[in-house]
Amino acid sequence: MTKSLQGPDRSRDLSQPLEKLGPDEAMKVRSDYLRGTINEGLLDSITGAVSGDDNAKLMKFHGIYVQDDRDLRDERRRQKLEPAYSFLIRLRLPGGVCTARQWLKLDELARAYGNGSLRVTTRQTFQFHWVVKIDLKATIRGLHETLIDTIAACGDVVRGVMASVNPSLSALHAEVYDAARRVSDHALPNMRAYHEIWYGEERVATSEPEEPFLGKQYLPRKFKIGFVIPPDNDIDVYTQDLGFIAITSGGKLQGYNITIGGGMGRTDSAPETYPRLGDVIGFIPKDKLLAATDAVIGVQRDHGDRKVRAHARFKYTIDDLGLDWVKAEIERRLGFALKPPRPFKFTTNGDAFGWATGEDGRHHFTLFVENGRIVNREGLALLDGLRAIAQAHQGTFRLTPNQNVVIADIPARGKAKIAALLKQYGLDHRNDQGLLRLNSMACVALPTCGLAMAESERYLPSLVTKIETILTENGLSKEPITIRMTGCPNGCARPYVAEIALTGRAPGKYNLYFGGGFHGQRLNKMYRENIGEEAILSAIGEIAAHYARDRKPGEHFGDFTIRAGYVKEVRAGREFND
Amino acid sequence: MQRVDPTDFPSPGLLSADQWRQINALAATLSAGQALWLSGYFAGLESARTGAAVALANAPGAPAPAPVAAARTRTLTILYGSETGNSAALAQTAAVEAKALGLDATVSDMGEYKSRRLREEQDLLLIASTYGEGDPPQPAVDFFEFLEGRKAPSLTGLRFGVLALGDSTYEKFCEAGKRLDRRFEELGAARLLPRVDCDVDYDDSAAAWIADALALLARDHGKPAPQTGDGVSTIAEAKPAAFDKKTPFPATIIDNFVLTGRGSSKETRHIEISLEGSGLSFEPGDALGVTPRNDPALVAKIIGCLGLGAGAPLKLKGSKTPFAQALEEKFDITAATPRFLEQWANLSASGALKKLLGDEHARERAVYVRDHHIIDVIREFPVPGVLAEAFVAGLRPLQPRLYSIASSLAANPEQAHLTVSTVRYELHGEPRAGVASGHFADRAAPDAVLPVFVQSNPHFRLPADDVPIIMIGAGTGVAPYRAFMQEREARDAAGRSWLFFGERNFRTDFLYQTEWQAYLKDKVLTKMDVAFSRDGAKKVYVQHRLAEHGREVFAWLEEGAHIYVCGDASQLAPDVHAALISVVKKHGARSQEAAEDYLRGLQRDHRYQRDVY
Repeated sequence: MTKSLQGPDRSRDLSQPLEKLGPDEAMKVRSDYLRGTINEGLLDSITGAVSGDDNAKLMKFHGIYVQDDRDLRDERRRQKLEPAYSFLIRLRLPGGVCTARQWLKLDELARAYGNGSLRVTTRQTFQFHWVVKIDLKATIRGLHETLIDTIAACGDVVRGVMASVNPSLSALHAEVYDAARRVSDHALPNMRAYHEIWYGEERVATSEPEEPFLGKQYLPRKFKIGFVIPPDNDIDVYTQDLGFIAITSGGKLQGYNITIGGGMGRTDSAPETYPRLGDVIGFIPKDKLLAATDAVIGVQRDHGDRKVRAHARFKYTIDDLGLDWVKAEIERRLGFALKPPRPFKFTTNGDAFGWATGEDGRHHFTLFVENGRIVNREGLALLDGLRAIAQAHQGTFRLTPNQNVVIADIPARGKAKIAALLKQYGLDHRNDQGLLRLNSMACVALPTCGLAMAESERYLPSLVTKIETILTENGLSKEPITIRMTGCPNGCARPYVAEIALTGRAPGKYNLYFGGGFHGQRLNKMYRENIGEEAILSAIGEIAAHYARDRKPGEHFGDFTIRAGYVKEVRAGREFND
Repeated sequence: MQRVDPTDFPSPGLLSADQWRQINALAATLSAGQALWLSGYFAGLESARTGAAVALANAPGAPAPAPVAAARTRTLTILYGSETGNSAALAQTAAVEAKALGLDATVSDMGEYKSRRLREEQDLLLIASTYGEGDPPQPAVDFFEFLEGRKAPSLTGLRFGVLALGDSTYEKFCEAGKRLDRRFEELGAARLLPRVDCDVDYDDSAAAWIADALALLARDHGKPAPQTGDGVSTIAEAKPAAFDKKTPFPATIIDNFVLTGRGSSKETRHIEISLEGSGLSFEPGDALGVTPRNDPALVAKIIGCLGLGAGAPLKLKGSKTPFAQALEEKFDITAATPRFLEQWANLSASGALKKLLGDEHARERAVYVRDHHIIDVIREFPVPGVLAEAFVAGLRPLQPRLYSIASSLAANPEQAHLTVSTVRYELHGEPRAGVASGHFADRAAPDAVLPVFVQSNPHFRLPADDVPIIMIGAGTGVAPYRAFMQEREARDAAGRSWLFFGERNFRTDFLYQTEWQAYLKDKVLTKMDVAFSRDGAKKVYVQHRLAEHGREVFAWLEEGAHIYVCGDASQLAPDVHAALISVVKKHGARSQEAAEDYLRGLQRDHRYQRDVY
């Protein structure tokens, strides 16, 4: 232990007076526990956004982002019209599980208010896009009818808690999913503001603090938690601020290895920002789960940077204060020392597609959904097909961290019916895709995301087609390779652990990365900066040919790009920009 | 630009007659840029003689270090275009450092800067980052568009410097800054110091540029200003011919675009017309008369249908005009009239047409005229060998159309803006358009010329600056209120204002939305309420909003507010009038009769004014 005698540097954290901290800290404090003037802003008929300076940021805590149709932004500006504002609504859906009844409600709301589209996110939940202001309350009340809310789906709080889908391990999944739910509920802000604004409930006078654990300043930034069941690393546990790796003995859950300090976001041309993978710091028995959660979040709440938001994620707190000090502080708060981590092994961070049968005899079908977009398109009525299945289905749905959908818990007698519906809607062959496409992910980006600098969801499918041609020419079509694309450097599709990654810089221009670990165990590294499609294909073509020639048996593409010297291995986040 | 005759300036008296003559002789040959350079030259020469450390320009045309004449009173503005805040931070830093040097600088975001202030600027420092592929930062897009567009003013007399921020991994490195640098030079401004292009590690180069720029400015400021001729304002104004309805002014279109957003059920246009050199003047509330021209395609169809030649001369009041030109410019060739039917019935000897002309068939005639344009009539009843003169004898002369002017001369000198809703529909399987609105929509691109005149509207006038106003308009009826707001902003008028606006759909039809938002933000407009009739299950119109806010509307009236109604005469005006009566009844506790009296009183006092059509 290298705990310094002076104690940690506290010049940037919660202990400082508000005027010394970043502007968002004051904003949170003056928001009256996230109420702000959202109600007044919703009534402003002169704008399709929610007026009031703080409200756009505050609404994130309510799971709502104001966006606009960027395809029309310039055209409308010339027409003296404000941007075509609409809202993204992100649901809180721990572990990505919803019932068939809930699915039908979501389908109905998507058709009524969300432009006929449901979007599966990379964190196992749904997003509605294109919801206009006058429909916001109706959408959120519709969700409430089926006991779904959007609390803390964004904002400086614990975001949606993830959990492996593991179709075949029924009992273990049930237990871990239950743990994810409990942690999600436990870490949730009370947020009376949400009930007042969206459900129209009365404000109750109270002398108690509204948020005893989080306080008026909530967390310094978002905080992501996930549960993983080896050997699948589908949730990319190393990218979570706090990850729980299920440890079993004889098929029974014993407890969890804890990993801390993962995070993807970075900023181009700001070398002090970098993606980082979590460190496994020890093991806890399963009955210490909530205590461990509180201890870890507490350290970040009290020590995270509240001056500069770009430096406020837990990963920087850990690198600034030292992993040893942070671990010791977690143990101090827990009141006991963590046991050494138990052994575990990951093999992939992708999904297993098609039919699987659980230990309990129930069936599951994992359906490929390209980039998570569920809509009706010419030739593929995915929204209609899944609605028909939900109408017939007795079990649940699970959204995977790779943006796919598992039709889960189908009793033996119900399988034929589901299979027939899959066939009827042409969904039985959706999984017959190239391995690159099955292992691809893209964030939403243009036209709705305000951060995007380049296309992602609308572009990756056609790029994958071109890359698959190259792979086929080199005899590599049977090789699983992960490819991920984002429209900006913030990393929603977890690009920095992919074997091939592209992050947007400008329309048609991307940074190209290679060398991520196949099961999410290693960061990749930038190979070329700010290049267009021709250069991207040429780089991949060159390396693919080399890989086809010289790879060792079982050697993954990401590993090869390092061995062959195309990129340097990144051993720690701080080396990412070297 | 008016040319200035230097001999119009009185001799300042400091100079001998001979010196003055020589200066006048030289001045007559100078371009604006040369004159500016020389003014700096003389100021610098004086500084050098008195021992001040001034580097003189060593060659004409070098990036002008231009010490400038009226230094003592020059203003300094620092404009920034920022995407992530770096340029904004640098601008603030520069302002703080300027203050330390005794220079008062105004810092402004290009996104909020009123572009028309540019022509008043004297010293201008620009700090701009580049976004994506050579684009300006999002908030600065409007500023760039104005600057690089045809509306940009001449900027002779302005000194500027550009600090460009960028990222050299992009192909178009610092392009936004380069564009500013190029454009200010093109517009005649003098470059104070060379542009500096900064990469992502901009701290040192930016600091150096700021220091250099401020040093140059500080050197010029604080020096006594040389005597300037205060008689500049005696520049003789060319006396333009008086243009009116009979002799309209051939005005040039300078902008023309659709205000309604994609997917709208309407096509409403914003048109900007240059009145430069016309001497035309108007008040907010006045209308612009525009004589449209007919669609040449329709002219061709008619001529073809008549079996005549386009070039055949048509005798008109003694002069001869080619037939096609006459149809395009002189006659109303769209709607059929009873007079035309009569003429055509005679020419065609058609029994059916003749029958329609009888008094007992007035209703059928009205329906027929509504459903048949002239082209439809001549197609249905061909007259082989008809003479052009015989055809036009049934036509009315093409009349000018009046449009409420949507701009104020105080804000947009020598311009008139119009808000025009394009009339389009289908008849007998063919697309048709309104004569004037079709002309604006399809044949009035920038640089096209249209005959215009000003039609005064003394019954639609702003009150004194401190009097509150309530403006009610639907659709293009909002046009004069834009003029009102421009005028009140320019006059810094203190009176409160309240706008009620109605249209079909919020998303696409909120005409001038961003302008109203800016007026609200700047408190030029006090309140605004909107009614979009097709957004909800229930149709909502402006009169419903008036009723909802009745108590406050009545309070404003009691406090002396003037109330305006502009728009449709058949629906809006009576509905609003009825709503106002209800408001006065309910909130003024008056009988129907007393409420009507109340409104009549307002009309008598010119406090209730309508411009309906």
